Amino acid sequence: MTTFLGMPATAPRGVGHLRGDQPFPRAAHDALGDSQLRRNLRHATTTIRGKSGRVIAELPDWQRLRDAGSAIKADVMSRLPDLLAELESRVTEAGGVVHWAADANEANRIVTDLVRRAGSERVIKVKSMATQEIGLNEALEDAGITPVETDLAELIVQLGDDKPSHILVPAIHRNRSEIREIFLRAMPGVDPELTDDPPVLAAAARRYLRETFLSTSVAVSGANFAIAETGTLGVVESEGNGRMCLTLPDTLITVMGIEKVLPTWRDLEVFLQLLPRASTGERMNPYTTMWTGVTPGDGPQNVHLVLLDNGRSAVLADTVGRQALHCIRCSACLNVCPVYERTGGHAYGSVYPGPIGAVLSPQLTGIEDNASLPYASSLCGACFDACPVKIDIPSMLVHLRDKAPHPPAERAAMAAAAYTMSRPRLYAYAQRAAKMARIAGRRGRGLPPPLSGWTAGRDLPEFPEQTFRDWWAQR
Amino acid sequence: MSTSRELILDRIRAALRDAPVAAEVPRDYRPAGTNTADLDVLIDRLADYKAEVHRVGAGEVAATAARLAGEGGAVLVPPGLPAEWRPEGSFADDGLTPERIAAAGAVLTAAAVAVAETGTIVLDGSPDQGRRVITLLPDVHVCVLRPDQVVASVPDAIARLDPRRPLTWISGPSATSDIELNRVEGVHGPRHLHVLVLDS
Repeated sequence: MTTFLGMPATAPRGVGHLRGDQPFPRAAHDALGDSQLRRNLRHATTTIRGKSGRVIAELPDWQRLRDAGSAIKADVMSRLPDLLAELESRVTEAGGVVHWAADANEANRIVTDLVRRAGSERVIKVKSMATQEIGLNEALEDAGITPVETDLAELIVQLGDDKPSHILVPAIHRNRSEIREIFLRAMPGVDPELTDDPPVLAAAARRYLRETFLSTSVAVSGANFAIAETGTLGVVESEGNGRMCLTLPDTLITVMGIEKVLPTWRDLEVFLQLLPRASTGERMNPYTTMWTGVTPGDGPQNVHLVLLDNGRSAVLADTVGRQALHCIRCSACLNVCPVYERTGGHAYGSVYPGPIGAVLSPQLTGIEDNASLPYASSLCGACFDACPVKIDIPSMLVHLRDKAPHPPAERAAMAAAAYTMSRPRLYAYAQRAAKMARIAGRRGRGLPPPLSGWTAGRDLPEFPEQTFRDWWAQR
Repeated sequence: MSTSRELILDRIRAALRDAPVAAEVPRDYRPAGTNTADLDVLIDRLADYKAEVHRVGAGEVAATAARLAGEGGAVLVPPGLPAEWRPEGSFADDGLTPERIAAAGAVLTAAAVAVAETGTIVLDGSPDQGRRVITLLPDVHVCVLRPDQVVASVPDAIARLDPRRPLTWISGPSATSDIELNRVEGVHGPRHLHVLVLDS
């Protein structure tokens, strides 16, 4: 065995969806050329910002709830081993089975084995970021098992042979007429007279999936939270596809990142207020299901929980970056981000797009595999303001930029600047030398090669005729 | 299985070598018991999320439920529903098949708790609410609420509920925001939610 036991490890390559095919600037360049995409995104993010702002304003204690949410998450991280062990005990006592998956490959193997053992060739799925992250659908298909996404947006993505582009609304990049075309093309048995009226599209999905819900014996879900104190798991949703998957099958397999655990039942009173208002802009989402192990005679009688690391321990090892694990996947930071609104989610290359993705993906994979993502931001800080658990994303972006590989010339120039600026005499000489630059390169022309790249998109500041130090010395 | 367990726990312990000490959680938000429940707020919030609210006396429950089920079929009830609420011709769940449940014209249940501020009803699988599946497959859910079951806020509801029971929090009928982030009512769950608020 070549791995050292106990060393935090990043998510392995060759499996899952945390790495893009091309760096962010190139992918963003392509996305920016798609004017339909930009119109769809602007419309959708403007709508959700308005809704969210209105329901948040109804709560007089929103900021205090954010403080509590942030503190609960920090507390969770500080005693994660104990909480996970407690969760395991409570789930097991309640009749559930707990599995531990060190990475995506192991999680996929555990789930595939469980489905096989249940004797099913098909699973129904509740939308889950963790299973997207590990590429579970591909692993199941390789094993001859058909995964059926039941969330409307995931269904649109799956039928369109597309990739998700938003944490909450994976088909946010599609408008109603595009969705109609996808349904007409790929939904078996669809009414050819289908219109692009949203209620009509939703009804088509209801008809299409009803039979599948009733005839599939295994479901796979994620979890929005797990309560260590009680062993309770919860899924927050809207359509009722979650209730179908969590209620009808005999076997329920839940894949959850280890950071999702909460210490006490009472902690839910904070997160059930923060999540819906920050996420869909509702006072409460239409449906939330909570289950504790097995309830005889009601719902699945075989209940499994797969606890997933897949790079999370590596994120936890970074004292600045570990805050990224506080994320409750509401996607508020995507909806307020000026970069996301223009490029969309695909440009980020990972299932976690937007500001939180720009700090989470590079840490899960190791910075070398997502080195351009910490630059996918103007550092405007809107994400920090919008985050319901107050994750300081801008500070983490700066921290990760520093950790990312830099060209040797840039490193050398920055080191020289730091050396000069910390020595007053040297700095004075440098200022005088800078006056010479006024003569060498006049304003508007930029720097000469090899530094011309730096000024291609920036104006070179005009140097004053007299420095402050010279003026001071003459007084 | 057990080796991965130890591996992951060891990794986490190694990641926490700096031994971070978390500050105490500030809970100066409005805790349980801050406000008394306001029935008018609940009714307003339910209606805002497209649930239909009816104020009825206990003696009117059966007739109202039968009317809401309409011509569509008989009313399904959980085995422990109070006898005086049961409409004539209703049938009780005794382990019915999903097909039989889905064919009901409506399902009539009680509730465990309702949250005024968010317009939410919570079911906890008690005998007067039944298995989770019976409130999922019929297209019409009629839910009876006693005024003393209404609490003001989410913390009040959490304090009243037992997490060992299977819980379903319902805020309006099934809906989606997946098409252009506009809310559309009616996807997989019941497309019609009627709340019968009993007179106190």
